[in-house]
Amino acid sequence: MKKVLLLALTVLALTAGAAQAGITLNGAGATFPYPLYSKWFYNYEKQTGTRVNYQSIGSGGGISQVKAGTVDFGASDAPLKAKELREANLFQFPMVAGAVAVVYNLPGVGSGLKLKSQTVADIYLGKIKKWNDPAIVKDNPGVNLSAMPIIVAHRSDGSGTTNIFTWYLEDVSSQWKLEVGSGKAVKWPVGIGGKGNEGVAGVVRQTKGAIGYVELAYATENKITYATLGNRDGGFVAPSTEGCIAAAASAKVPDDYYARFTYAPGKDSYPISGFTYLLVPRNLEPSNMKAFAGLVGWAFEKGDKDAKALHYVPIPDKLKDRIKADLKKLAK
Amino acid sequence: MAGSIKRSGKFDIERAFRGGTAALALSVLVLGAIIVYELFSSSGPAFDRFGFGFITSRDWDPVSELYGALPFIWGTFYTSILALVIALPLSLGIAVFLTELAPVWLRGPIGFMVELLAAIPSLVYGLWGLFVLAPIMQEHIQPFLAQYDYLPFFKGYPLGLGIMTASVIVAIMILPTISSISREVMYTVPETQREGGLALGMTRWEVVSKVVIPYSRSGILGGVILGFGRALGETMAVTMVIGNTPQITMSLFDPGYTIASVLANEFAEATEKVHLSVLVELGLILFVISILMNSAAKLLLWRMNRYGSGSGS
Amino acid sequence: MNGGGLGYGRRKLTGHVMMAGSLVAACIAVALLFWIIGYVFIKGIHGINLDFFTELPTPVGVEGGGLANAIVGSIIVVGMAALMAVPVGVAAAVYLSEYGRGLFASSVRFVADVLAGVPAIVAGIVAYALVVSRMGRFSAFSGSVALAILMLPIIIRSSEEIFKTVPNTLREASLALGIPRWRTVIKVVLRTASGGLVTGIMLAVARVGGEAAPLLFTAFSNSFWSLRPDQPMATLPVQLFNYAISPYDDWHEKAWAAALVLIFMVLMLNIAAKMYAHRRPGR
Repeated sequence: MKKVLLLALTVLALTAGAAQAGITLNGAGATFPYPLYSKWFYNYEKQTGTRVNYQSIGSGGGISQVKAGTVDFGASDAPLKAKELREANLFQFPMVAGAVAVVYNLPGVGSGLKLKSQTVADIYLGKIKKWNDPAIVKDNPGVNLSAMPIIVAHRSDGSGTTNIFTWYLEDVSSQWKLEVGSGKAVKWPVGIGGKGNEGVAGVVRQTKGAIGYVELAYATENKITYATLGNRDGGFVAPSTEGCIAAAASAKVPDDYYARFTYAPGKDSYPISGFTYLLVPRNLEPSNMKAFAGLVGWAFEKGDKDAKALHYVPIPDKLKDRIKADLKKLAK
Repeated sequence: MAGSIKRSGKFDIERAFRGGTAALALSVLVLGAIIVYELFSSSGPAFDRFGFGFITSRDWDPVSELYGALPFIWGTFYTSILALVIALPLSLGIAVFLTELAPVWLRGPIGFMVELLAAIPSLVYGLWGLFVLAPIMQEHIQPFLAQYDYLPFFKGYPLGLGIMTASVIVAIMILPTISSISREVMYTVPETQREGGLALGMTRWEVVSKVVIPYSRSGILGGVILGFGRALGETMAVTMVIGNTPQITMSLFDPGYTIASVLANEFAEATEKVHLSVLVELGLILFVISILMNSAAKLLLWRMNRYGSGSGS
Repeated sequence: MNGGGLGYGRRKLTGHVMMAGSLVAACIAVALLFWIIGYVFIKGIHGINLDFFTELPTPVGVEGGGLANAIVGSIIVVGMAALMAVPVGVAAAVYLSEYGRGLFASSVRFVADVLAGVPAIVAGIVAYALVVSRMGRFSAFSGSVALAILMLPIIIRSSEEIFKTVPNTLREASLALGIPRWRTVIKVVLRTASGGLVTGIMLAVARVGGEAAPLLFTAFSNSFWSLRPDQPMATLPVQLFNYAISPYDDWHEKAWAAALVLIFMVLMLNIAAKMYAHRRPGR
């Protein structure tokens, strides 16, 4: 261990001198965009020398820490309401979008099982209990569906993924809206809870007949079979960055950037899509605000390729321009 | 004579030493007070809103801001006690093996390996439980136990994830604590006591069960309390495998929920004030449960000592 | 002798069965250890290379990269926690075993037992309130405070049990020689118990060394090098946690490698402690 320490100290001595010059920004919050942010900020430091230390402590943590002033910016998977933003004197904007995939484990059935959105809601309400329910069979002629019971899995930890997913269920089913509602944590009518994506994926992978939802990246990177979902306009769309781009394009984004575009119109829109947000105090020190605005501008200009490679969805260019203009005003 | 002069000369050091250690012991009480204060002050909003009804309510609905602690209290008790039921005989077995049976050269390495179980991070236990233990439970152990479904413990669909798997994982995690302390105290049983037993014609097992264990029971109980404390507070590993469903159930196959797990699940993402405050209040309840269980253990020890000395050997 | 009525053969059989049971229990524990560590080893060994110990973390898809800052950070944060918890814990245990009678001592014991059940995340909340919110920023030091809160009750209770095992005859002999009590405690009790003490401290270090939950809101983490105790610092468990919950294989491999390194570090610490205990006279 001493050797390791020695080695480490040498490395430190070498790197410390080089990196001391630039500014350091600390950020904290949502776990969902952490892989992308760490990639962006790594490259940003290489190119500009500005260190951005982002840590994923959860959206709630991100919001409370940016309010408490222990970090320079926060990140949240769900936007804050206008009133809360005003009270905390925060500015929020979407950084990137993402999609949530509905995954399942049916022996002999690959990806692409067609599920109408109403069917998904009824499964999560506990109204559809068997895989050979007429509602499922009707949309999947030729697929061998047995009377296997459906084991519902959901996220147990409060998460932006759950927030987007329950927004979607609310849009689809009035019963869901009335009885359950939406949020990062809800009272699930049925099913068992797994912690994190891997918790849900663990249940789905090991339990025949299980259904769950995970981030798009998790489904594609870990080769779990996922469903093609019916959207508002009657099309069936597989989860993908393109489907999410189509949905985001239809989103109406107000001045406070509070946007919800689950179950969006458009034939190619993937129905479970949403933004993830950054939050910054309007009265951040000018030098830090300038650095922050520079960082966001850089990510908007040069970050789309990285985002797509990791299955995140860049936000529309028009939106980017609006945000850049707003940040410019804040940084003066 | 010279001693008495010396003693009075050192008197101040003696007092200082005693006072110093007492002061540091006091710091434990201070720490306890700080923690209780922190938990109390942050759980104020939740207490104002729900009062004592919080403890008996079964609702957990963050959307409509209805919160009840009962399923979590139940799950915490149930899994911890089950874990203890599994871990205690195993730990005692290990301790007996190490002190009474194993050849001396083997004692060190085995004891060392058991202690290493404490070195594995909680999250690793969780992932191992999720990907290795839960499938084994689901495919082999639970279907076997399901034959006895006239018992309330083995009802329902064997999912793998649930109270049973969580208890087993926690049992493994508290093994090293209980067994290493038990072993240490069993070592201290004087050899003469063992020889006395053997001379009376007892078998080795009888020496263990009638001499060694009774002799070291207060130490064993100390280990049990520490282990139980850890079981109550175990977070990440339990959260990964328990299924996180707030319900009150006897069946070991069903998913459950513990206080520590709901903290781990919802604390980092909670944004509403009441939600956060409710979670902290759960932390406070865990504290109280811990106090109750400790008192129960102490009471048990006290009674054991009374009856133990009454009946003789 | 209520067992006297039973036949000797039957008693002997029971004895053999029970003793065999103890062997089985030991085998189960050892098998579980090999099983779990073997699992971690298979999943993590590919991620172990020189870079892992010398490089900073890299994002998904970038070749190389390691957790050098997190390894050093873990050593620092846990080390500072031990510096706080060990002296206090051992001294408190000395008081409890050597002087502690009466209400004060039993309440200290009781509170220590209760504190052992505090979930790691609660220790994090307390350290946040005590240190982070006062300093206005995350720091390695606040992480150490959180870990020290977790370590303290373990050290007190295990140390006290060990002190109790020091035979009273040793104390009496020392006192009879005219050696004052405080010197007896230091020279006889502490020395005789040193092996067990170190074991208890080890267990405490092992127990908190792998905790991520209390560090998230205190030591936070750092993507870059930082050795300052008043700044955010990277630690292995937090990095392990971040990597484990990500969707990417690349990072999963690093998470398992981190787990392997974490276990290996505790193993080394254990061995060092064992060697220390052997060098010392005493039991």
